[in-house]
Amino acid sequence: MTQSEWPLWEVFIRSKQGLDHKHVGSLHAADATMAIQNARDVYTRRMEGVSIWVVESKHVHASNPDDAEAFFDPANDKVYRHPTFYDVPDSIKHM
Amino acid sequence: MQITPSDASALDTYSAEVRHQLFHYVLQLADTSLILGHRLSEWCGHGPVLEQDLAMANIGLDLLGETRSLYQYAAELEGRGQTEDDLAFLRSATEYRNPLLVEQPNGDFAATITRQFLFDNFHYHCLRQLLTSPDTRLAGIAEKAVKEAAYHLKWSSEWVIRLGDGTEESRQRLEKALAHLWRYSGELTTPTANEKALQSAGLIPDYAALLPQMEAHLAHVFSEATVPLPQGVFMMTGGKEGRHTEHLGYILAELQYMQRTYPGLTW
Amino acid sequence: METVEINLEEQFQARIDADIRIEPKDWMPDAYRKTLIRQISQHAHSELVGMLPEGNWITRAPSLKRKSILLSKVQDEAGHGLYLYSAAETLGTTRDQMLADLHSGKAKYSSIFNYPTLSWADMGCVGWLVDGAAILNQVPLCRTSYGPYARAMVRVCKEESFHQRQGFEIMQTLCAGAPVQKEMAQEALNRWWWPTLMMFGPKDADSPNTAQSMNWRIKRFTNDELRQKFVDMMVPQAEFLGLTVPDPTVKWNEERQAYDFGEVNWEEFWNVVKGNGMCNQDRLGARVKAHEEGAWVREAALAHAKKRAQKAAA
Repeated sequence: MTQSEWPLWEVFIRSKQGLDHKHVGSLHAADATMAIQNARDVYTRRMEGVSIWVVESKHVHASNPDDAEAFFDPANDKVYRHPTFYDVPDSIKHM
Repeated sequence: MQITPSDASALDTYSAEVRHQLFHYVLQLADTSLILGHRLSEWCGHGPVLEQDLAMANIGLDLLGETRSLYQYAAELEGRGQTEDDLAFLRSATEYRNPLLVEQPNGDFAATITRQFLFDNFHYHCLRQLLTSPDTRLAGIAEKAVKEAAYHLKWSSEWVIRLGDGTEESRQRLEKALAHLWRYSGELTTPTANEKALQSAGLIPDYAALLPQMEAHLAHVFSEATVPLPQGVFMMTGGKEGRHTEHLGYILAELQYMQRTYPGLTW
Repeated sequence: METVEINLEEQFQARIDADIRIEPKDWMPDAYRKTLIRQISQHAHSELVGMLPEGNWITRAPSLKRKSILLSKVQDEAGHGLYLYSAAETLGTTRDQMLADLHSGKAKYSSIFNYPTLSWADMGCVGWLVDGAAILNQVPLCRTSYGPYARAMVRVCKEESFHQRQGFEIMQTLCAGAPVQKEMAQEALNRWWWPTLMMFGPKDADSPNTAQSMNWRIKRFTNDELRQKFVDMMVPQAEFLGLTVPDPTVKWNEERQAYDFGEVNWEEFWNVVKGNGMCNQDRLGARVKAHEEGAWVREAALAHAKKRAQKAAA
């Protein structure tokens, strides 16, 4: 019975030109062509998209939550990477 | 005789005869998409997999949308103040003008796919030609519908290929469905007297001109599916002139149940 | 080892209390995972089975407009089922496994769908009352602690609001119509009122899992709280329609600032849960049939994909 289950795919949709594709959910499909069509039928019924990416779920590699501190905390103290860190005189425009 | 009314939406530019012919033709298109949409909607909740349940409902919804635009136009052509619902719910089976193919039962998924593919292949190519009809209302309806039909054809073509070149069982089922439904495919491109009149008036596509593209796509899909096309089958016709299989009566019994039981009410 | 486990559990609860979402790869207690799988799949099954009572009327809808609306609504339910199955799959189960549990009777779905839809007014009542009750249940779940579930619910709720409105509109049209239509509406309300109140589940006193689920924030209001909210919402709406709620004890309580209402027939509730509703056999039978008859289709698509991949590799 389980043999007939189609693989799982992750779906990413660009909601309008100029925006990034964003993960919207997943679905089952036998192949990539079908996955794109299913994504169209499932996730864009209300004009939610202009472009679709699908990737088979097993191909997504994710960071490990246990590494979260090591990965993401060091960036906490690098406020100098953000433009608001710098004082710009009021008289200077367009910066 | 070529008719190119300056503004086809001003229906008065048509002679009473042409207007009557056009009314019957638009009705035929509307009946066709209604009946097929109705059949597809029977799948809702019963599809082979959730994703395809959604796909079939989408196609059904597209067809119902097209149906409504067509009935609305037909009602205007008729000019007797009927509504889209009057036309859909208050005509008898012998007044319905859909081709026999679309009223055939859903059967198994292979039968549904085969019926859909045979229809889509005609529908899409016919709509493409209707885009340039001098009748701007029909051209306008075709403009929206052709995009949907392109997707339907892609969907059904891919499924024909999957089922044909899938497992032994799916091939057998597809072959069986094709053997049964093929006899209804010829009617789509066999013009009735009414269609012939409109064709020679240049208002609707000449089906003979559609055939090369339709046949090329058909041959391509079935060769990918590795399934041979039936040969020398007698083609059934009649639906477009109101002579139907027994299936239509049951469809209408359900479809028209409310309007027939409670006449004249608003829902 | 045990202390480590306890720490994890404390940290987990601390995150929940701080309203930080739990994501699929995060550590979570087994019981949390199991409860979620049960709850989400039950919810998904309800969407799937819920297609049947309304699907029943698509071919008989009284106008082309209503037909289109109903078809798109029932289709939405398939979509909702799909979002929810996907959310559950992030917890390590498969859709096939969940469906097998549904088909064997191990997994439950909302009992409301074991009641028959007998007239067109039932399409109004299902949208107005049943979807109304579902929305009350679902809106708080948009903030539930498990990320994928919360995100699925956001999508579901966004789509669900049209469902309730179309149901109410059907009722409104019937109530403004001919006497036969108004009778149809009242008759449907009489049948659906009590079963809808049952949708919120047993009384709090008989719902032992509620406390833990509230603690984990996979449930945010108790059954009785939601039931009260629903009655308070619906009684005025029924009055607006000119319909009478089939409960003579319904009365505004000035002191509580809420409606008093009668006792649900819990014997009927448990009886339907146990499988003795009018439609339990038909509903499950239809789902099993669809799945079994679809097996060859799913296999064919897989076989074809494999052939294609082999061809591409060659």
